[in-house]
Amino acid sequence: MLDLTPKKRTERSNLKVNPAKTCQPIGAMYAALGIHKCLPHSHGSQGCCSYHRMHLTRHYRDPIVASTSSFTEGSCVFGGKANLSKGIENVFEIYNPDIIAVNTTCLSETIGDDLTEIIRATKIPEGKKVIYANTPSYVGSHVTGFANMAKAMVTHLSKKTAEGSNGKVNLIPGYVEPSDMMEIKRLAKLLKVPNTMFPDTSNVVSTPNTGKYEMYPEGGTPIADIVDAGNAKATIAMGKFCSEPAAFELEKLCEVQPHVLKTPIGIKATDAFVMQLLELNGGNIPKELEFERGQLVDVMVDVHNHYHGKKVGIFGDPDIILAVTEFVIDLGMVPTIVLTGTPGKQFEAEVSAMFAEAGLTDSVVMADADLMTFHQMIKETPVDMIIGNTYGKFIARAEDVPLVRVGFPILDRMGHSYFPLVGYRGALRLIEKISNALLDKMDMTCADEDFELVM
Amino acid sequence: MSGNKKVIDKILDVYPAKVMKNRKEHMLLKDGGKIQEIAANTRTIPGIITNRGCCYAGCKGVVIGPIVDMVHIVHGPVGCSYYAWGTRRNKGKARENGKNFLNYCFTTDMQESDIVFGGEKKLMAAIDEAVEIFNPRAISISATCPVGLIGDDIHKVAKNAKEKHGIPVLSFSCEGYKGVSQSAGHHIANNKLMQEVVGTMDAEKKTFSINLLGEYNIGGDEWEISRVLQKIGYNVVCTMTGNGSYDDIAKSHNADLNLVQCHRSINYIADMIETKYGLPWMKVNFIGVENFTQSLRNMAKFFGDPELLARTEEVIAEETSDIEEEMETIRQKLEGKTAVLYVGGSRAHHYQGLLKELGISTVVAGYEFAHRDDYEGRDIIPYIKIDADSRNIEEIKVEKDEKNYFLRIPEDRLEELKKELPFNQYEGLIKDMEDGSLVIDDLNHIETEIIVKALKPSIVGSGVKDKYIIQKMGVYSKQLHSYDYSGPYAGYKGAINFARDIAAGMLTPAWSYITAPWRKEPLLTGKVSNMEGAESAC
Repeated sequence: MLDLTPKKRTERSNLKVNPAKTCQPIGAMYAALGIHKCLPHSHGSQGCCSYHRMHLTRHYRDPIVASTSSFTEGSCVFGGKANLSKGIENVFEIYNPDIIAVNTTCLSETIGDDLTEIIRATKIPEGKKVIYANTPSYVGSHVTGFANMAKAMVTHLSKKTAEGSNGKVNLIPGYVEPSDMMEIKRLAKLLKVPNTMFPDTSNVVSTPNTGKYEMYPEGGTPIADIVDAGNAKATIAMGKFCSEPAAFELEKLCEVQPHVLKTPIGIKATDAFVMQLLELNGGNIPKELEFERGQLVDVMVDVHNHYHGKKVGIFGDPDIILAVTEFVIDLGMVPTIVLTGTPGKQFEAEVSAMFAEAGLTDSVVMADADLMTFHQMIKETPVDMIIGNTYGKFIARAEDVPLVRVGFPILDRMGHSYFPLVGYRGALRLIEKISNALLDKMDMTCADEDFELVM
Repeated sequence: MSGNKKVIDKILDVYPAKVMKNRKEHMLLKDGGKIQEIAANTRTIPGIITNRGCCYAGCKGVVIGPIVDMVHIVHGPVGCSYYAWGTRRNKGKARENGKNFLNYCFTTDMQESDIVFGGEKKLMAAIDEAVEIFNPRAISISATCPVGLIGDDIHKVAKNAKEKHGIPVLSFSCEGYKGVSQSAGHHIANNKLMQEVVGTMDAEKKTFSINLLGEYNIGGDEWEISRVLQKIGYNVVCTMTGNGSYDDIAKSHNADLNLVQCHRSINYIADMIETKYGLPWMKVNFIGVENFTQSLRNMAKFFGDPELLARTEEVIAEETSDIEEEMETIRQKLEGKTAVLYVGGSRAHHYQGLLKELGISTVVAGYEFAHRDDYEGRDIIPYIKIDADSRNIEEIKVEKDEKNYFLRIPEDRLEELKKELPFNQYEGLIKDMEDGSLVIDDLNHIETEIIVKALKPSIVGSGVKDKYIIQKMGVYSKQLHSYDYSGPYAGYKGAINFARDIAAGMLTPAWSYITAPWRKEPLLTGKVSNMEGAESAC
């Protein structure tokens, strides 16, 4: 497996091999699915839209529906105005969403289609909405695309209409699973914090089978709630890369106070989230939540020997792996390489600071890097485990180490849509995954005389 | 199948007038008494929610990507290369002392500055790096949407790189916006392989040499086909392009017979090889027991060797007796069921025989991007008008290669055989459909919904984008692109694999649980309250 990857790293600044990121529009499509009765629309040639739908479908094993402008060569010469206008009209007439969320591709961005102007000139039915985000594929990554669409929701929808606040806290969860969004809402509910979460894909990409297909499932943030987000008393943006731009836009347009936190994966990040909710809303910690946290600490004490001191290579999207890195350090593990494909010096600075605090002098962090580099780093400094998305399975097999699947995409296992990684319960699940993977490997590979009944 | 007429009316009813007029041309009810025309290979209606992909997908994703020993560099932003990485299950193995790059994904990952200042330098440097690190047999460059717009000359880069490194570098102008679907990409890939690869290496002459054209080894299909062919005594010179190698393609003109599985994607090369090298092509179908058997018999007839003919019958008997009993057991379970097939450009036809062997009749079939000849048969090719959207896809002409052209069998014998064997011939999907069944081109989301709801087929053979939509409606959907990560489905062993898989899919106990008991029990009056997760806030 991956036999052609040489151990020695050589200068390689032009050829990306096995990227650890993909392009913007898929993130925008995912974000748009988090609005109730929204149809994402891809303004470009139709291949992008198909690929993005396919990839999200494979990850969620659920319908992912989106429309496209279906550019032809002619549209490239004359601009995509007719395609978009016609597309929007057809979508409203045939598919009747309440809102269309348009993203762009490298094609329409290179041409320079003016979405503001095209959409202004398009006939939009009474009571319907069209929002849009520019998502050039040659800038940033899918994470950037998610952030751009989340921000566009604020730009085009949120309004400050009332004196004072509506008493709610906006929760921008970032590029996480529907299961994570459910868990974040559950925590807020336990703390009795009135809130609006957006985008919210729970019950959109994890729908039940009832024998009746619903093109617009029950879930998704209602448009009215995103409008009303302008009246909230504060915003909690989870994940700097995915959620900060939307939170800052809310501050700029509606003067809603932003609070940017880590994605609440692991004990420290969840504590910070809970404390932030308490600070904003007052109230008491419910016994139930304190119990959950105590259970988590209990397990961390009980089974620390399963993973303490184990070396781990981590890759994925910046917001997620920042939090995961913090947590594995709290577990006593040693992240030797932490890598993201998404560009960003800030990511490197934050992870470096974590390494420094934990006294990890030999650990490396890299942004804007690929999985071939990740693999070569692991060949140089072998690890006991890889944490990352499905693409890590090639390296895991080549190097004979377990892979714990975290992040996007997970194309070869189920679970991520239904069981959270965020919150105290999510942290418990992550420990279960890490511990099981290491012990399974030990069981399969140890000598017969070393085979243990109790571990 | 009078229901099908109502389905068409229902579909057309949801459309605005202009869309209705367009879509009407893309569907028909099979009427064996008439010559029927269908509109195909025309532009997609914006906003219709098509299942189609793009030219790049057809070129790099389908035709070029499966060649195992080449480094396929995608020149563009990261997405295009990323989405075609490991997602089509074209399996491949390294040759002895050769390399296999199928688990890798190579891209120039264009950035804003490359769009502004051009990406030619970066592309050249990327090739340098690829050669230094991987030393591949050859390199391909595939263009993506922005490349054409900013005017990067990938062909010039390819030429320079070839001179610099002394290995073949093939460049494909397969920008996503070209043509109207994946189909344009097939054509572009065919042209380049013909111009720069086929015929460039000579091979030792072997008896009963054949090429498999338009076979991409999804889930190991090609290996299963070749296993049987080799058992009979054939020499498979080259497969285009499943598990293909650069050298095999370069030597492909040395074979005696080209077998065309996927007509849409590879008929261009099949025709050109015949013109240039005198190597005839025959349409085959390796899907389904009878189709495979018929194809094997047709091949044997072409070579006309008594021993080969005898060995063919021996292998057919041996292989079919291995699976007969189980096929019959499964058929008894599936007898009388109905299927809807909607697959790219060939499988919606190829699978109908196999389904029939399992007692399943196909009531609706359609292609994403096939042309009229794939629907109506090759006889109508002279009457197809190329419209404005596809006019810029280059048509290349090849001429007889005086040195390497030779007739495999005497001309009069070939003419004789043409009467009974499908040389240069493909009769299309419509001919094999039953009267009253529905044929539909570029099927979209709303049409899928209407068809599945109205006809309640037992199985829909389609792709991943509509699989889960269909299954939410309580209907089993089998992916006929990826085979739901199973396979092979071609050949004899493939037929039984397919039978087992779809029987499991249709009969899995889960289907009986879709309706909760409290919804079925009339005596209970408990109300189903709103689900908690759907509440926006407390």
